[in-house]
Amino acid sequence: MSNKLTWRVVVIAFSILAAFVYLIPSVSKTLPSWWAKILPTEKVHLGLDLQGGMHLVLGVEAIKAVESNIERVIEELKNDLRKNRFRYRDLKRVGTDGISLTLLRDKDKKLFMEMFEANYPDFEIKEVPGEVGKPSFRLVLRPRAKEHIMRMAVEQALETIRNRVDQFGVSEPDIRPQGKNRILIQLPGIKDPERAKRLIGKTALLEFKLVDEDHSVEEALKGNIPPGDEILYKVSYDPKTGRVRKIPYLLKKRALLTGQYITDARVQIDRQYNEPYVTLSFDRRGAKLFEKITGENIKRRLAIVLDNKVNSAPVIQDKISGGRAQITGRFTMEEARDLAIVLRAGALPAPVKILEERTVGPSLGKDSIHKGLLSMVVGGLVVVVFMAVYYSLSGLIADVALLLNILFIMAGLAFFGATLTLPGIAGIILTIGMSVDANVLIFERIREEARLGKTPRAAIDSGYSKALVTILDANMTTLIAALVLFQFGTGPVRGFAVTLSIGIISSLFTAIFVTRVIFDYLYLERRMKKLSI
Amino acid sequence: MQFIKPGINIDFIGKRYIAFFISGALIVATFFLLIWRGGPNYGVDFTGGVLIQVKFDKKHSLEEIRKALAPIQLEDSIIQEFGEKGKAEYLIRVRKTNIELTGLGEKVEAAMKSAFGEGVEIRRVEMVGPKVGKDLRQKALFAIFYAILFIAIYISGRFELKWLMSIIMAISLSVVVYIASSFGVKVTWLIVIALVVTLGLCWVLKLRYALGAIFALVHDVAITVGAFALTNREISLAIIAAFLTIVGYSLNDTIIVFDRIRENLKRYRKRPFVEVMNQSINETLSRTVLTSSTTLFVVLALFVLGGGVIHDFAFAMLVGIVVGTYSSIYIASPILLIWERSGNQKASRR
Repeated sequence: MSNKLTWRVVVIAFSILAAFVYLIPSVSKTLPSWWAKILPTEKVHLGLDLQGGMHLVLGVEAIKAVESNIERVIEELKNDLRKNRFRYRDLKRVGTDGISLTLLRDKDKKLFMEMFEANYPDFEIKEVPGEVGKPSFRLVLRPRAKEHIMRMAVEQALETIRNRVDQFGVSEPDIRPQGKNRILIQLPGIKDPERAKRLIGKTALLEFKLVDEDHSVEEALKGNIPPGDEILYKVSYDPKTGRVRKIPYLLKKRALLTGQYITDARVQIDRQYNEPYVTLSFDRRGAKLFEKITGENIKRRLAIVLDNKVNSAPVIQDKISGGRAQITGRFTMEEARDLAIVLRAGALPAPVKILEERTVGPSLGKDSIHKGLLSMVVGGLVVVVFMAVYYSLSGLIADVALLLNILFIMAGLAFFGATLTLPGIAGIILTIGMSVDANVLIFERIREEARLGKTPRAAIDSGYSKALVTILDANMTTLIAALVLFQFGTGPVRGFAVTLSIGIISSLFTAIFVTRVIFDYLYLERRMKKLSI
Repeated sequence: MQFIKPGINIDFIGKRYIAFFISGALIVATFFLLIWRGGPNYGVDFTGGVLIQVKFDKKHSLEEIRKALAPIQLEDSIIQEFGEKGKAEYLIRVRKTNIELTGLGEKVEAAMKSAFGEGVEIRRVEMVGPKVGKDLRQKALFAIFYAILFIAIYISGRFELKWLMSIIMAISLSVVVYIASSFGVKVTWLIVIALVVTLGLCWVLKLRYALGAIFALVHDVAITVGAFALTNREISLAIIAAFLTIVGYSLNDTIIVFDRIRENLKRYRKRPFVEVMNQSINETLSRTVLTSSTTLFVVLALFVLGGGVIHDFAFAMLVGIVVGTYSSIYIASPILLIWERSGNQKASRR
């Protein structure tokens, strides 16, 4: 074989081999151990629309994290004011990032401002007009500090959700940030999307608050809530009657202990009633705090508050050391397990809202794969037969190129670790139709040149060279469209853009290079006389 | 084997007025269809809302399903049959965004089960909140805009070999659109403005081929949108992808004809323009019909066998390919002629 031809055949053989190598991980279930060391292991991923699964976009209400932070700062500030014996009034949050405060004595002003600037560098202190002799201040969180809190909230939310999903046990979950404060979650093959959503979206803020035994709940309900207190409800649902009962509790606002001190949460079953409950273990600091709280408040009630709802408010019988507590309630086994998961993974720093949800059931996924493949096979077959009939032997050559094209597209997907979606399959099908275009262009040219009286070899030569520029041109525009779609598309549309782009590039290779090699082999090497086109 | 005999000589350009009339009628019809339907039928991707695909073990009438939705106040949702006729599969669309959308899927499932028993399967749920809907609208429109921009640049540069002109055009286009957007013009109108400006610039800068090509593209997408309005199909993100693909594909055809026209113009300098154009179209006819046919085969396979989810996409491609082929032959080239004619008239008046 002539040198040039040999080279080109080698290139083609190598490409085909490479394609197979890239595709094997996707096709065979197990790979020999030596494979992973030098050969690629990326599989072709199936999109959620083909696998079944759930796609969620969560929006983190990061501003709420800022508000919580302000509330915490207010508590710290109360302590500091008390320590320094600054008399004050009207200490409260203003807007999302400010605190207002009025000192009762003018002489405290200088010391207060010094103390504040020293201890609260994240805030800007501004004096605002108020009563004479009673300096009023507006304390505003600096924009950079605010940005930082919001960013941290999103990052932490991402981590927490990742923890929760990990414990939930989904294979190949995909959790990543999107934009400034969104989180994208993809859970392929999930069987119970509802449970997953509940698990992911639960804020899971656990707080221990003292019940205010000194004031009456009824008075507070009428509107006279004592300062530093709040009313929270215990919501109980009676499955027998289907009724929901709300019992109010008057609690001290300040959370004495929160869920951040929890090291472990487990489900246990109560022997007597055969009901599941959750036991909590605290870390050392938490255990110490718990011991102190229970020691100082014997015979008072300590409310366990979950997401601002009272779970229970047992009476503290004795000082509790050892750092354990229990959460009971009418849980099903599943609810108890999920509660343990969220408590272990930690609370979300800010509430999350579901902005977008796309769930595809596994049966629809399978259906889509079958139908997609069926159309691809049928459509492909029609084209293959047509080309063979219309262009005889040359048509068969184009068919070989077509089949190679499909191989290369699939290998290309594996190479890029891309995801195959239903529109992606449509993209492959389109490529089948369009890749034939290049060959048709070449063959029509060859026919034209042959009609002008050229020899087969000359006709083939002219045909290829004249058609080349036009082929490149024409495919370029579809490529531009595909690239734009890739940039702006999401999920399934992106899958379409990927297969279309890969398909165009690979069809250029097969239609121009591969078919030319075959032609050259037949008409140069084998010296075929008649042009069968 | 040969469908189109060589040496064929159909007078395409001569028939162009008939073609203009048909196209004009179709576009006017599209316009009225859109007005009648109250705008394009945007899917939940763009309007926000919930789409639920339900499968029952036996068929129910749309009325029964509607009644079953009444307890959860969704009886005014859009309900339609989906997929193969025999299977009892339906699509429920709730376009409101003022109600709580999360958990709607479960509520619908519960309502269906309580009305029709356990043989209810929720095959697919798509919930798009208002914020995300807005984002997707923006993305789609940016995609369309950038596609127009890049293709305009490419065509002008490639055809007219006036790359400088095409850069100027791109910059002017961007500037105009930027100004319009800062006036708060809605994005759909921005696209229209972009198209009008592009066509105008092509006219002024004498980018004839670009003008013809872009005109053909606008024609193709417009008629496809009309087909969607006629059959009341939804325009979702995937359909926008189909439109862009149609644009790319139709441009293929047009480029091939234009390339041939230019090649022949160079070779047959003495012959009148009309004759050269006709000859070029006839010469490329074989190839045009063939590739459209092969692509049509595969898209038809997808349309018939591909299943409900990809059905609308296949429909768009089907219409787009047919109209795209037609426009490359009857619309793009005659536009060049209009220019030439008016140019000649000016010359003869002198």
